[in-house]
Amino acid sequence: MLSQIAFWGAVELGLVFAFVAIGVFLTFRVLDFPDLTVDGSFPLGAAVAAVLITGGFNPWLAAAIAMVAGALAGLVTAFLNVRFRILNLLASILTMIALFSVNLRVMGKPNVALINADTMLSPFFGLGMREVYVRPLFVGVLVVIAVVLVWRFLESDAGLAMRATGANARMARAQGVDTRRQVYLGLALSNALVALGGALFAQTNGFADVTSGVGTIVVGLAAVIIGETLFGARGILLALIGCIVGSILYRIAIQLALSTDALGLKASDLNLVTAVLVAVALILPQLRRGGARS
Amino acid sequence: MIDLKNIHVTFGKGTPLQKEALKGVSLTIEQGSFVTVIGSNGAGKSTLLGVLAGDVLPNEGKVTIGTTDVTRKPTAARAGLVARVFQDPLTGSCGALSIEENLALAARRGERRGLKAALGPNRRSHFRERVAELNLGLENRMKDRMDLLSGGQRQAVSLVMATLAGSDVLLLDEHTAALDPGMAEFIMRLTQRVVSERKLTTLMVTHSMRQALDFGHRTIMLHGGEIVLDVSGESRKDLQVEDLIAMFRRMRNETLDDDALLIG
Repeated sequence: MLSQIAFWGAVELGLVFAFVAIGVFLTFRVLDFPDLTVDGSFPLGAAVAAVLITGGFNPWLAAAIAMVAGALAGLVTAFLNVRFRILNLLASILTMIALFSVNLRVMGKPNVALINADTMLSPFFGLGMREVYVRPLFVGVLVVIAVVLVWRFLESDAGLAMRATGANARMARAQGVDTRRQVYLGLALSNALVALGGALFAQTNGFADVTSGVGTIVVGLAAVIIGETLFGARGILLALIGCIVGSILYRIAIQLALSTDALGLKASDLNLVTAVLVAVALILPQLRRGGARS
Repeated sequence: MIDLKNIHVTFGKGTPLQKEALKGVSLTIEQGSFVTVIGSNGAGKSTLLGVLAGDVLPNEGKVTIGTTDVTRKPTAARAGLVARVFQDPLTGSCGALSIEENLALAARRGERRGLKAALGPNRRSHFRERVAELNLGLENRMKDRMDLLSGGQRQAVSLVMATLAGSDVLLLDEHTAALDPGMAEFIMRLTQRVVSERKLTTLMVTHSMRQALDFGHRTIMLHGGEIVLDVSGESRKDLQVEDLIAMFRRMRNETLDDDALLIG
């Protein structure tokens, strides 16, 4: 079994990556735009926040600026796709690759430590609650706020236009929706959320690292798919809650797999375990429908 | 009102596959008039509808809807003037959204979309009433996904969607072609009612000669990218389906003769 610390650590990491999951949900599911920019915008958010915080900025302001940076990254991908008709997947890979260099420039070195800096969480330590609970609670509150805002947005007139763009672009245009603008808006929103996840990751873990983005998209997608497997397709709110639950369960499953001595897994097996988990999450719904298709 | 002046559309200009789809079509349709359009495959019917909807921008000519010059406006920018029902029931509505969400989307056609909830209690009850008028029992399924509906039910909802927001023009693109005969008849009756109640300027493309003569005030026939027949009033009343079919045959023979000349 997991120790208390390991369990709450997994929950905390799951909540941080819930922002990624919501972002991935917006692009993959709502806009039907497979966006790999997140592998770059997650460490971008971490880098921007870490550099600003060590530079003496207010950590909340730093996180807000990190979100703007993420949104800009999303806009670059949207621009390549909409303006020059570069295939969506490829456009996002180009941005992702470019962001690796950008992130190194932002930090000036491969990683920045935040050990003694004041973060968004600092005021909440020393209020009597143990740190191991404070962190997931703090991130959890932010996730709940994000879910409520995204949910209200997707059920508004503007959000409906975005959902129609992903589901039936021709119909959306016939209804007066400028589908190109929706792609810009959706990618900006998605990558802003992912960058916020990155900014929180840097602050809860005490560092930003240029390699921390590798596999972000798979983790986000895993969370979305686990959520869908559990809750099914029953409305926007449940899908968003599914993103959070999926993200947390994913982290706990990884922790369990790595800390169960009987399996003999090492930390370096993480990517393999991730791939197996995502594959299982993809296969389960098919089995439930009555056997895999031939 | 619709006004087309000397519309030329050429696809693949400058390539070996260059095709002149419309060759200088001019057409004026008065406010509130219902026009049916017939023609064989490749006659230019879909292109004509595309020019009005904004999917196809003409190489030459001027398109006016109401009092607005829309010649260079893309589909989304002129959607406030044009309502549309597609041939394929899957195209006209969003299968992944619920019936009421589709209606909410259509209710804001051509308007700014803000952050207000798309489905407040007022709108919900308004949509329910409008759907109840169809007598299909769909008012009890407002939260069902659109892709749970049959093709005919989807077309019926599409017609309601087309009339939720104000518009100058209704474009019907063979909107009963994919339906079984009973449902096609139901949709046509519904179309007739909607058009006359709302006094919409309507252009209906159809494959059915019967429909073309039974509905509307005026019938035009396209052939080879040109208007070859334009009848209304008394002369249209006398026209029989057989006459139209005979005209179709003649057109086809003409092209055959041309080919024969080439080969000979």
